[in-house]
Amino acid sequence: MDLDPVLLARIQFAFTISFHIIFPSFTIGLAAYIATLEVLWISTGHERYHRIARFFTKIFAVSFAMGVVSGIVLSYQFGTNWSNFSRVVGNVVGPLIGYEVLTAFFLEATFLGIMLFGWNKVPRPLHVFASIAVAVGTTMSAFWILSANSWMQTPAGYEMVNGVAIPTDWLEAIFNPSFPYRLAHMVTACYLTTAFVVLAVGARYLVAGRFPEDGRTMMRMAIGLIAIFAPLQALIGDQHGLNTLEHQPAKIAAIEAHWGGESTSPNAGVPLVLFAIPNEKEERNDYQIAIPRLGSLILTHTLDGTFKGLKEFPPNDRPPVAVPFFAFRVMVGIGLLMIAIGWVGAFLLWRRRLFDSDWYLWPTQFVWPLGFIAVLSGWFVTEVGRQPWIATGILRTLDAASPVTGWQVATTLVLFVLVYGVVFSMGIYYINRLIVKGPQGAAIETPENLPPSRPLSAAGDAARDAIATPGA
Amino acid sequence: METVSAGMIWYLPVAWALLLAVAIAMYVILDGFDLGLGILFPFAKDEREKDQMMNSVAPFWDGNETWLILGGGGLLVAFPLAYSILMPALYLPMIFMLLALVFRGVAFEFRWVADTSRFLWNISFAGGSTLAAFFQGVLLGGFVQGMKVENNAFAGGPMDWATPFALLCGLGVVAGYALLGSVWLVMKTEGEVARRARAHAKTLLPLVLIFMGIVSLWTPIAIPRIAERWFTTPNLFYLAPVPIITLLLAWFVWHWLERGHENLPFFGVIGLFLLGYLGIGISIFPYLVPPALTVWETAAAPASQIFMLIGAVFILPIILVYVAFVYWIFRGKVREGEGYH
Repeated sequence: MDLDPVLLARIQFAFTISFHIIFPSFTIGLAAYIATLEVLWISTGHERYHRIARFFTKIFAVSFAMGVVSGIVLSYQFGTNWSNFSRVVGNVVGPLIGYEVLTAFFLEATFLGIMLFGWNKVPRPLHVFASIAVAVGTTMSAFWILSANSWMQTPAGYEMVNGVAIPTDWLEAIFNPSFPYRLAHMVTACYLTTAFVVLAVGARYLVAGRFPEDGRTMMRMAIGLIAIFAPLQALIGDQHGLNTLEHQPAKIAAIEAHWGGESTSPNAGVPLVLFAIPNEKEERNDYQIAIPRLGSLILTHTLDGTFKGLKEFPPNDRPPVAVPFFAFRVMVGIGLLMIAIGWVGAFLLWRRRLFDSDWYLWPTQFVWPLGFIAVLSGWFVTEVGRQPWIATGILRTLDAASPVTGWQVATTLVLFVLVYGVVFSMGIYYINRLIVKGPQGAAIETPENLPPSRPLSAAGDAARDAIATPGA
Repeated sequence: METVSAGMIWYLPVAWALLLAVAIAMYVILDGFDLGLGILFPFAKDEREKDQMMNSVAPFWDGNETWLILGGGGLLVAFPLAYSILMPALYLPMIFMLLALVFRGVAFEFRWVADTSRFLWNISFAGGSTLAAFFQGVLLGGFVQGMKVENNAFAGGPMDWATPFALLCGLGVVAGYALLGSVWLVMKTEGEVARRARAHAKTLLPLVLIFMGIVSLWTPIAIPRIAERWFTTPNLFYLAPVPIITLLLAWFVWHWLERGHENLPFFGVIGLFLLGYLGIGISIFPYLVPPALTVWETAAAPASQIFMLIGAVFILPIILVYVAFVYWIFRGKVREGEGYH
């Protein structure tokens, strides 16, 4: 049997990166949240901030470990499965990833040691500093990775020499046309993802009548963030869309399932397709439900503006339609739901009715996956939407693969699915277990009042208990 | 960037080759001891000893592993052509190594949270560490023995790497990391764990020397280019100190272990690793894709190398300072029953 190495490599990459993205989109937000809690803790002295910070630090540790190991895999896949990609654009993309390692990875990985294990080892301000360093590190990671990804979408600051992209202007390459929008969109998405987890955990505790003080604080903080960031995200997304229309018009045409050429009058504008089954063979949509002119309004901010339809691109330059089309609708739908949850929550909070409103608290326990689904959908939109290019205008995905046999890629793909399936479902199970245990009272032992040498603990599992129940 | 001089075009790739060599050496030493710990894990008497072993590296392992990303990332940055040939050539051992690291890495966190399934993460930690070490050795062997290259692309088969030599290198690295892990435990723990580690170190030291000896003889016999590098005059006289110092240092390490020194064996074994590493470097240079392409032939555009070198020169010292700071914070011995958690 002939196995297509390119197709398999694409499936493998989509699989591994989809798994990976879940963890950074959570830990980037969570690191910032923990740092915020710790700053509140040392500035107000309220023990609950410390308790919540310490509780989420344990969840952070488990998530971060999964993010690290799945990220290391990715960093080598550029070479194993996409060696032509490395050869052709490595001169530009390589240094962007290299700067990520130098400025971000080391910072987060090193200070993580203090953040996780330093509670009783270092003075409080140093612990706060370590948590801030980890938060800064994770955000810098996002900066460089999105710069590299954006460059692949909208390349700038390079020239082609003998079939290889050579950098000519690093500032142009780093701050390429789609980068600012993509970075803002992603970092906001990370904050929202985390906020929805925090919100759901808080609601879960309140519904169960456990840890009421901590649960309320979690909900208050999360709702405050969501009420502001969810609508902000809609604005950023709109701007990002306009940028994509300018630089990657085929992607927008696919997202909108806009084939073009069907409107009879020149001033009819473009409708917004709410639902349809895109039919690529016949170049039209089946079962379409659309609102006239709304597509024009959203993308050109006028009622009769128009933009390119898919038919205006040669067939081999068109992205697949169905995936970006549906994934985009999932993302936007979740976005609207997020705004609703945030505003209703904020209203209840303002009227001091939040913690008595069971109709709001009960379903809110289950909102934690919203951010993850939205992030994954967003990545499907942007990554599938840029096909058939791996680096727009420079290298087609088809030409980027390694000279390896299909069965090698197939074997490792099966291994990845098995390993990730086992490892990460266990990880999620353990995170849930930590949440069930909940925040516990944790009297901090500052180095000053630590005994000179800690007594040998009688319980052999003292160390394990210490993470499961802090303060033990 | 047209103004880049001919001299730069010669020196830049050499500077990068050295920088990469340093990053990989840092990785081998730092992750070496925590992987070694995993290899020794099954020999611990009970869960308390396992806790103690794991606690001795828990705050550091993540930072240690980052050097691996710097090694891979650095290769992509400075020598994209070499990266695009080496990775497909060493495809399977590379992926196996990464998957082993997945198991091992998550074990650090999962083990603390697990109750009844704890034994699974013990196996995952020990097995993952051992396999990761083994495949790193296979990668090293596969790299040293060279690969088939045509038109600047890997042109060999998927199993070309699986030679007796590469498999032997795999076993050698397992033994080497276990030795490094054992002397780390001698330094960082006390009580039963430390005593056992000292005994392990004394078993492993001769074993590692035997592996080093076989590899040192095998490579020049199999590869004439390497024989020529070592066994012609005047090279012979310049290079003879490498094996001599290695033997001398090994004797010292043995002596330190016998005499009950706690810190010296660790630094002695690091010295042994560096000498072995230097030996490989001498055999390989200037090839980055042996025996086809040199560091100059696979180098990135000067604009890329300079851009990244500037960052590395300024940022790496800062990284070294805060890495050292964290090791200092967690200095001293890990006692039985004591967790940092």
